[in-house]
This record gives sequence, structure tokens and C-alpha cells, in this order.
Amino acid sequence: MATGIRDRVAIVGMGCTRFGERWTDGAEDLMAEAYAEALADSGLETKDIQAAWLATANEDLHVGRSGIPLATTLRLPRIPVTRVENFCASGTEALRGAVYAVAAGACDVALALGVEKLKDTGYGGLPQRSRGALNALWWPSYTAPGSFAQLAEAYRARHGLSRVDLKRAMAHVSVKSHANGARNPKAHLRKPITEQAVLDAPMVADPLGLFDCCGVSDGAACAIVTTPEIARGLGKRGAVSVKALQLAVSNGEEMGFGRWDGSHVATARVAAARAYAEAGVADPRRELSLTEVHDCFSVTELVTMEDLGLSPEGGAVRDVLDGVFDADGALPCQIDGGLKCFGHPIGASGLRMVYELYLQLLGRAGPRQRADVRLGLTHNLGGAPHQNVCSVAIIGRLGE
Amino acid sequence: MFGITGFGVHVPRLRLDRRALLDQHGWSHPGLKALAKGQRSFADWDEDSVTMAVAAARGALNGRSVTAVTLASTSLPFADRQNAGIVAAALGLGEGVATLDATGSLRAGTSALLVALRGRTAGLVVAAESRRTKPASPQEAKYGDAAAAFTLGAGDVLAEFLGGVSLSVDFVDHYRASDAAHDYGWEDRWVRDEGWLAIVPRAARSALEEAGVAAADVAHFILPPGQPRIAATAAERLGIPPAAVRDGLDTRIGDSGAAHAPLMLAHALEQAKAGDLILAVGFGQGADALVFRATGHPWQGAGGEGGIEAALAGGRVESGYGRFAALTGSVERDEGMRAELDLQTPLTVLYRKRDMLLGLVGGRCAACGTRQFPKARVCVNPDCNAWDAQEDVRLADDPARVVTWTADHLTYCPSPPAHYGLIQFEAGGRLLAGYADVEPGDLSVGAPLRMVFRVKDHDPRRNFRRYFWKAAPVRGGGL
Repeated sequence: MATGIRDRVAIVGMGCTRFGERWTDGAEDLMAEAYAEALADSGLETKDIQAAWLATANEDLHVGRSGIPLATTLRLPRIPVTRVENFCASGTEALRGAVYAVAAGACDVALALGVEKLKDTGYGGLPQRSRGALNALWWPSYTAPGSFAQLAEAYRARHGLSRVDLKRAMAHVSVKSHANGARNPKAHLRKPITEQAVLDAPMVADPLGLFDCCGVSDGAACAIVTTPEIARGLGKRGAVSVKALQLAVSNGEEMGFGRWDGSHVATARVAAARAYAEAGVADPRRELSLTEVHDCFSVTELVTMEDLGLSPEGGAVRDVLDGVFDADGALPCQIDGGLKCFGHPIGASGLRMVYELYLQLLGRAGPRQRADVRLGLTHNLGGAPHQNVCSVAIIGRLGE
Repeated sequence: MFGITGFGVHVPRLRLDRRALLDQHGWSHPGLKALAKGQRSFADWDEDSVTMAVAAARGALNGRSVTAVTLASTSLPFADRQNAGIVAAALGLGEGVATLDATGSLRAGTSALLVALRGRTAGLVVAAESRRTKPASPQEAKYGDAAAAFTLGAGDVLAEFLGGVSLSVDFVDHYRASDAAHDYGWEDRWVRDEGWLAIVPRAARSALEEAGVAAADVAHFILPPGQPRIAATAAERLGIPPAAVRDGLDTRIGDSGAAHAPLMLAHALEQAKAGDLILAVGFGQGADALVFRATGHPWQGAGGEGGIEAALAGGRVESGYGRFAALTGSVERDEGMRAELDLQTPLTVLYRKRDMLLGLVGGRCAACGTRQFPKARVCVNPDCNAWDAQEDVRLADDPARVVTWTADHLTYCPSPPAHYGLIQFEAGGRLLAGYADVEPGDLSVGAPLRMVFRVKDHDPRRNFRRYFWKAAPVRGGGL
């Protein structure tokens, strides 16, 4: 019987670059920058790293395939390096590889690094990725905003909301994240915005306007993980540890079977339930101190509050408008700005979320530090609501 | 008794108000004023002669099957890949169907009909046309896009075939070379006097004689509007009563080339009374003349599209030139870098999945009854998951409803925004589909839909086009 990952692995060093339009830096520069911060933080040396996982989702735009780009950039001593890709959840996937390797006893110290260099495409927004030989012959040519926009109308129909009310709640999500991003020196978008500006923005994919969409950024983030024993040996007191790390992947049921109404993300509910069980969380709304969720679009964050059991079904609009998830609310969401404003270099995002929890748990979050941070959640979603990869991680301190 | 047993038409939803042409080109071509009346139809970016033929054919078949399909057109998308074969596959007629493209002349539609009727071939004859025209040319104003289809057979005949003739005369009033996009033509007055008014009466008289009927008894005279008032003049010379001259549909659709005489014939069948005599003439390097007598047998078909009057009742009228020029390829637009995505089609995959892609064939699980798309090795029902238990089920003719939708301004689409979402078939099964023929306000969760066969993507690098099915809103009163 599996016993889970809870407190079997400690995070002893993390790094994250400034996200944004890093015109002067390539993916290699970003990887080196994130890694240097993490390595210094950990007190370890490169020779101590015994295995590594590299996360990228659009590698054709920058480093190319395989684990080799990470190994060559950091001059890793011919250790196993694996490149992973699971859409926008790739960063968490890399962490999962590293954490499982340590938990399994296969190695003592492992590295997870995610990177994306998206601003070499020549145009704004995410590029369309290849989607498979047969899929391309019948799937509509959908984009990320177009696929997540589908959530909005379905959610509205299910809960009998007016378009105006839903748009207002979505706007509040973005206004909140911009306010948070403004206080984060590593964030891509650092300008506060108003609700009216969100509502007046040009339409990208109905009903998502420009400010309902997250930034497309360059950046990298990484984590060095090890055993609790080694962490203690390094002098880490109250070290950050992984309490749960779960992944749920669509099996075609949402897209092919008649049950799903399009108003929520089915995998998120499964991944959250498994993560809460693994971490021993009974009442997430009370027990969690803060969350970093995959707010690729404002409506995604809104719906995710219900999928994670943080708002009652149909209640997210009220909770959002009541400020529950604001920086000074009961359960802040994206206190670092989130995908919306910290930015979304795809392969790095899952690790960036953990990075913020890591800082908050260690009391290192500067002006945005929350008091009494005990347990945080990251939610990393890749693909489209109708077919996706969803990971949920719960991060706390060793022994707490 | 052998004749026409069913008919269907398709007129693209998009119409151009011809005043837009005068507004656009009047500075250099003031003569367009004479043509700046009424509307012409034009194909959307995802329609072509093949997709329009499928739409018309579905109306004519009305759920029946046939063993022969002839597709007539001078604007077929493929010169070497049988276009009728794509139509037959989209219609789900199976590989036993005999298919043929008829092309090379504006009378290809009537010629295909005549050959099938003379040979008493029970099958489908469909004509479709979507011709490109040069900006500011008279053709840009005169032409229109449309399709018409007929099923032929011996039982439940709507119009009995009484006789017909075909004259072949290499009269080159206009031509279009194989590799050319546009027509080149000679002076109208010569075309009228030496062409239409010389050749049409010869063919018509001969056909009436073969059918053993008198010109004075013709109740519906069909001649495409290739020249101004040509049908009325020809009728006068033939002794056909003026009241029998059919509306050329030129002010509402335009001249749809090889499809036009068939389109007018479908219109006549829509309105004919029992016993009405119908004379249909197609002109183009000679002429075909066909004589029918309407039986009064009721026709309940025409599928989701209705007849011509229903088709004409719907539609979106463009009063500006921009959309027409862009969608018909008359101007080269800046389409942005997203349009650069490589769209090579792996032909092996297309072939392996031809039933799925062209016929919208999914699977029905024999173990639990769940309908699903695509058909898969393992049933999608989480309470079943049976292996290798699925039989084919065609979803193309089933009504569906909107589950989710959006209007996407980011993705590349020749006519943005791109509408797409998840749809649910009423009898089970769902599909992530593109929406076609959408106007703002058409889509909402639960809105009714019908499936239409359309171009999915153009691959300009390789001159290929992908076809697939899309979901179109069902509107009250026409398209």
C-alpha cells in the first residue's frame, strides 16, 4: 500500500528568475540564473546533484529536445537528466520526477528545473503547438484563451449567472493579481489596473478580454530536493517539505462522454481530493494558508476555487467579489501575482508557484509576506478544460 | 416512368449587395452602374464546389442511398483527385458507388443530368459552382455561387423525363485555361446573337420534338441569365408563352455557371403543379435541352436546407466590398504570423481515418450503447470501458446542441473570429467542433445545431485542402 510523499522529501534550495520579456537572455541564461540562486540557497555544490529533470513545453522555440540542454548549460557531471513535458503542468512534472527519485531512495539530491523562452516567436500570445497527426485533421484550431473561454459560458449557464456578474468577478480576479504583481520585483506585469480597464479591454476569446489573460513571459525556476536527513545535516531548520504531489490526466471522458457540462475542470477535483488525502488535509479552506493556482485566465482561477473545494459550488463569484482570495483576504490566491502578472513561462510555472510558497514558508517574501504561513497549495493545469493535465501539490514544513 | 425523384439546393449564406461593387470600382469602371442591382451569393472561406455539392446532395437524398454520383462543375477544387469521390465519402455512400466528375463547360450540369436520364441511371447528379472573378470585372457582379442536386429513378417521380438533346458547338464566347483563375471573354453582342440566340433555339426545338410536346404548352422555361433578358428573347423566338419564363435568380443569387440551369430546375420543381411541362436549357460550347412533366408528387425532402426560397430567405448581406474581396481571394491580406502554421496533411492518416474524417463516422459501443467520437478501441464510458466492442455510427445527420462555445479572435481564421466548442448529439456522442455560419447571438448553451461538411484548413504551400464537419446553428425560417 502506497504511503505517499508526505514529509519524505525536503526542498533545500530554490531559484526563480525575473519573469518577463527577457530580450537579452536566452533559455540557457535563464536556466543558469535560476539554478545559481537555488544552488547558493541550498549550500550544496553541482557535484552533489545526482539526477535532474528539465521541464519545457515549447522546446522547439528555444533549447530543443532531450535533457541535454540542461546538462550542457550547467555542466552537470554526466548524471541522468530527463526532459519532461506535460503541457502547462510541465514544471510540476519535473518536480514530481525529482521528488519521487529522492523518495524512492534512488538518489540523495535531485534537481528540477523548468524554463521557457517564449518571446522569440515574433508575435504576441502563445504559439500554436503541433497537436498530433490525426488530431490536427479534426480538432478546431483552438487557442489557450479560446479553450478556457468555454468555461465561462458553461459556468454561467450552470449557475444562472448574468454575463455582467460573471465578467465583474473575472475582472476582480485580474485586478487582485495586478495589485499583487505590483509588489513583486520578479513579476512580469507590475502595473495595478482597474476593474473598468478589464471590462473595457479588447476581446481575445469571448468573453475573455485582454486583461483576463495571463502574460506570456520568459523565465526559469528550479528546486533542489533531498532527504529530510540531509536537509537537517545542511542545517536547514523548519525545512520546507512536500506534503502531497498529485497528478490527474484526462482520459477523454470530458470530451467524449455525455456527463461533463463544461463548467468545471474534472481532473482538478480528482487531483485535489488525492492531494488532500495524501497531505492529511480535511478542511482545505481553513487549513491552507495560501494558494498559487493556474490562473492562465481569470475564469480559470474562479472555477478552480470551486474545483479545489475552497469555495462552495456556485459560490466562487461571491467569494471572489468579497475579497476572500485577495492579498489581505482569508485565503490569498496568487500573492506573487500568479500567472497573470508574475508571468507564464510554461515549463517554469509549476516551480514558480512552489517558489512563492517556499519563500512564504521561510518568511522571505518581503513586502508581500503573510503572517503565520503553515501550508500552501499549488495547482498547475495544462491543456484545455475539455482535455488536460492537472497537478496539485501541497507544501509545508518538515514535521509540522 | 423515369425522372427526378428528389432535389436539393445550397446557396451560400453570404450575399454581396452589388452596390458595393459600384462603390468600390465606380471611379474606374462607371459602367458597373448597370450591374449594381440586387445581390449575388458568395461562398464563405470554408465552402467550395465540393462542400456546396454535399449540402445540396443531402437535401436531394433526404436520407436515401444511391449507387451513382456525378458531380458537375467548372470550379472543382481538385484537378486530379476525384471530387465526386469526396462528395460520395462525405455522404457515406460506401465504396460501391460509381462516381464521376463532369466538367469543362457551363453546361456540365445539364449534360450530366441528360446522360444519367438517357441511361436511366438511378443515382445522384449534383452541380456546384464557385468561380473566381477579377476585381471590377462584370463577372464579379454577375456570377454567384450555388449548388443543386437531383436524385433520379423510376419510383415516386416528381418530374418525368420526356426527352432531351445535346448539341456540341465549339463556340468560344469565353474560356478559362486549366491553370488560370479567371475567365476571358468576347463581345456580349456577338455572344448573344451568334451564340445564345442561335444555338439555344436549335437545341430547344429538337428536344421539344423528341418529347413530342409543343412550345406553346411549356409552363416553365429555364435558361440561365448568361445575357440580359436572354430567356425572354429566346422564349419569344421559340413560341414559349412569356409567363413560362422562369426567374433567372440573377438578382438574388447571380449566375452560378454549371449549377445554374439545375438550380433553376430545382426552383421550378419547388413550384410546379401536376402536369406542368418544364423545358430546361444549359448553354456552353453548344447546348443541352431537357423536357420534363411535373407529376405533382409531393416532395418532403431537402434535408436541413429547404428549397431555394427557404435558402434565399436566410443569409447575411454584405454592403461593403472588404469581406467579399478577402473571402473570395480577390485581395491578398496581411493575415499575421499565426497563418504561417504548417498544415501538411499526412495522406496516410487521412486515408486510414477516411470514414471518420469525411463521413463523420464514430463508434457505438455494443456493450453499453454509448455513442462516441472518435471510434476507439476502449469505450469512453467510465462505467463500461469495454475493449473492441464498437460498431460504426454516422453522426453527420444527427441533430446536436451547444455544450460550450467561444468566439476566438486570436487563432488564425480567414474569417475571424473563429467559433468553436463542444457539442452534444441528441442521440448521444459529443464532438469538439468548429461552428460554421455563425452570427453574433446565434450560440448559447443548449442552442440547436446541425452538421455541415466544410473546408477545415487550406494548405497554400501544397495546394491541398482538408475537409471536416462543422456545426451550424439551426435558425427558424431558412438557413
